[in-house]
Amino acid sequence: MKEDVATTGHSWDGIEEYDNPMPRWWLWTFYACIIWAVGYMFLFPAWPMIKSATPGLLGYSTRADVADEIAEFEARNDVWFQQLNQTELTEIAANTDLQRFATQAGGSVFRAQCSQCHGSGAAGVQASGYPNLLDDEWLWGGTIDDIHQTITYGIRNEEHMDARYSQMPAFGQDGLLAEEEIDQVVEYVLQMSGQQHDADLAQAGFEVYDLNCVACHGPDGGGDPFVGAPALNNAVWLYGGDAESIRETIYYSRWGVMPGFVNRLRPAEIRAVAAYVHQLGGGE
Amino acid sequence: MSSSAPPESTLYQKREPIFPRRVKGSFRTMKWWLLAAMLGVYYITPWIRWDRGPEMPDQAVLLDLASRRFFFFMIEIWPHEFYFVAGLLIMAGIGLFLFTSALGRVWCGYACPQTVWTDLFILVERWIEGDRNARVRLHHQKWNAEKVRKYGLKWVVWLLIGLATGGAWVFYFTDAPTLLQNLLNFSAPPVAYLTILFLTLTTFLFGGFFREQICIYACPWPRIQAAMMDEATLTIGYRDWRGEPRGKHRKGDDADQMGDCIDCMACVNVCPMGIDIRDGQQLACITCGLCIDACNDVMDRIGKPRDLIGYLALSDEVAERQGGTPISVWKHIFRPRTMVYTVIWGGIGIGLIAALFLRTDIDMSISPIRNPTYVVMSDGAVRNAYDIRLRNMHGAPRQFFLSVSDNPSVRLTVEGQSGLLVTVNPDEQLSQRVYLTAPSGTPPATGNQTPVRIWASVTGDTDRINSDTIFNGRAQ
Repeated sequence: MKEDVATTGHSWDGIEEYDNPMPRWWLWTFYACIIWAVGYMFLFPAWPMIKSATPGLLGYSTRADVADEIAEFEARNDVWFQQLNQTELTEIAANTDLQRFATQAGGSVFRAQCSQCHGSGAAGVQASGYPNLLDDEWLWGGTIDDIHQTITYGIRNEEHMDARYSQMPAFGQDGLLAEEEIDQVVEYVLQMSGQQHDADLAQAGFEVYDLNCVACHGPDGGGDPFVGAPALNNAVWLYGGDAESIRETIYYSRWGVMPGFVNRLRPAEIRAVAAYVHQLGGGE
Repeated sequence: MSSSAPPESTLYQKREPIFPRRVKGSFRTMKWWLLAAMLGVYYITPWIRWDRGPEMPDQAVLLDLASRRFFFFMIEIWPHEFYFVAGLLIMAGIGLFLFTSALGRVWCGYACPQTVWTDLFILVERWIEGDRNARVRLHHQKWNAEKVRKYGLKWVVWLLIGLATGGAWVFYFTDAPTLLQNLLNFSAPPVAYLTILFLTLTTFLFGGFFREQICIYACPWPRIQAAMMDEATLTIGYRDWRGEPRGKHRKGDDADQMGDCIDCMACVNVCPMGIDIRDGQQLACITCGLCIDACNDVMDRIGKPRDLIGYLALSDEVAERQGGTPISVWKHIFRPRTMVYTVIWGGIGIGLIAALFLRTDIDMSISPIRNPTYVVMSDGAVRNAYDIRLRNMHGAPRQFFLSVSDNPSVRLTVEGQSGLLVTVNPDEQLSQRVYLTAPSGTPPATGNQTPVRIWASVTGDTDRINSDTIFNGRAQ
């Protein structure tokens, strides 16, 4: 029993320490671990070198594993992307599985590429003129083909000829309108959009509008998606709909810019984003 | 350090093998019946068939982990109804408290799988090697043809029982006949083979070699049970006031001075835990009652009253020492403590049964989309989006008609379609985006938050469910 075990010979305040040997199973486990470690050292990457490490006899690499996994998932997605490429944009929604894939894939592309301006929920940022993609007003049209065209080539994108392009004159800055004419047309726009306004000024503003604005924004302020002119007679405002904001828009004009994604994303990815944006609830 | 060789390690202590002797008696008989019943239920249950319609395995008890459904005869448990499983687990826990406080470690002695399979393994051992004395002899014998043959046969039978144990387990998780076929032609999933291998080996090792060591060293329950027992708990004890002084009653002994115990060691020899119950209550005792059977047998033969070893409570000991009689078993079982456990146990049980009958087989949950909280449309209307999750826990497809109540100005539309009907496939759930729109100038549109209630009614049925949510207006 215990009395037979030798002590280490140390004594602290009369407390002595037994010199017990290891349990046998513990030693066996320890020896097995040593053998395992030696084998592991040669089979797997182990020794650090100056720039890399010994590769190990099995050639195992976590990077290669990740690359394989990525390739495997891409191969699985490729089938769907091919189908997406071969399906008319307007026909995607009819194929439930394809629509599900397109909106999932498009959603992930959107969060990576588009959310910086349009927000992760696609609600845009009004103060900065990033359009809300959830509502039902579209500067350049809200059909899936229109959306696809916008994403592909962008807005006022100097890099591509097919980019959508419109230009509103800076009526104040360039001296096209007098200050008082601008004040009048601001009131008229407020009237068109059903807001509080000065009736007399608005009446005078009609003349100014009729001469300068009607070509693009239309006689009733309904806008024209063909030239990217926004509707002025409704509640949706890209840069704000109060008198101050409208005045600034007329005085300096506004130029929103969006890059084209034709050289950044694969065609199928652009189609997926178009499908995603179209189903957000504002698509026409 | 002295120069002499250190003494041999005592930390590494070999197990003292235990060779329980065969015993006959009422407890042994009850244990055999319990063993047969429990193993029978365990092995047969996955093979009971139950019509579940097309595309589903016709299995009465099925834990379908892949699609997260538990089937138990006519009852189908979905993930969101996991409280049924939680409730059953709580009932199992309180049931264990109840039985332990009334009867000590009855779970350990009669129902614990470790006990049941060890019992079965000892039975096999006895069939092949003979009873205690033959087994002791064989154990100490050098390895020869007889020992190899008997041990080899025993281990093969143990492995077969282990295989059946692991095999039965996997059948609970998928269609049993299909899986058996796949197992036999080696096309079953690897996890099935691994599970069978693991359970075969653990059954073989735990039942054949570790036995009482699991109960003494590995199992936490003996440590917990002390808190469940009190002095009124019935447990197995040796009536030393009747048995002592013990002795062989040889000629010349003064018989009047001797107790009833003749020190025949029958109680020790039959004990699967290898303890001497005459040493008093101890951690290793699993209260299986085999020592009672063995001792009663001896008492009958020497013409003394039974129950020198028997179920008794510490509170009885005092009275018995003074010549009194023990309180009846029923008074030990039905006392305030066990009644409280019974009431809690039964209350949960009744609650679960009530919940089972009150639950509907349709369900809806609503998550408002908060990014953004609302969208202004060109006509000034305010629109909120919601993801509605509809569950159809029914064997046939169902059409849900969605509507919104209490707010006449709020209009409901379903994303991607013009109608308000949503079809959900049988035994599936569906997530559907819907929009609520409040026209310009209406109170919900101009207000801050308006409570709304969305209804889903099953077409062609009276079932309908609702869920409350919030409509966010522009005044935020």
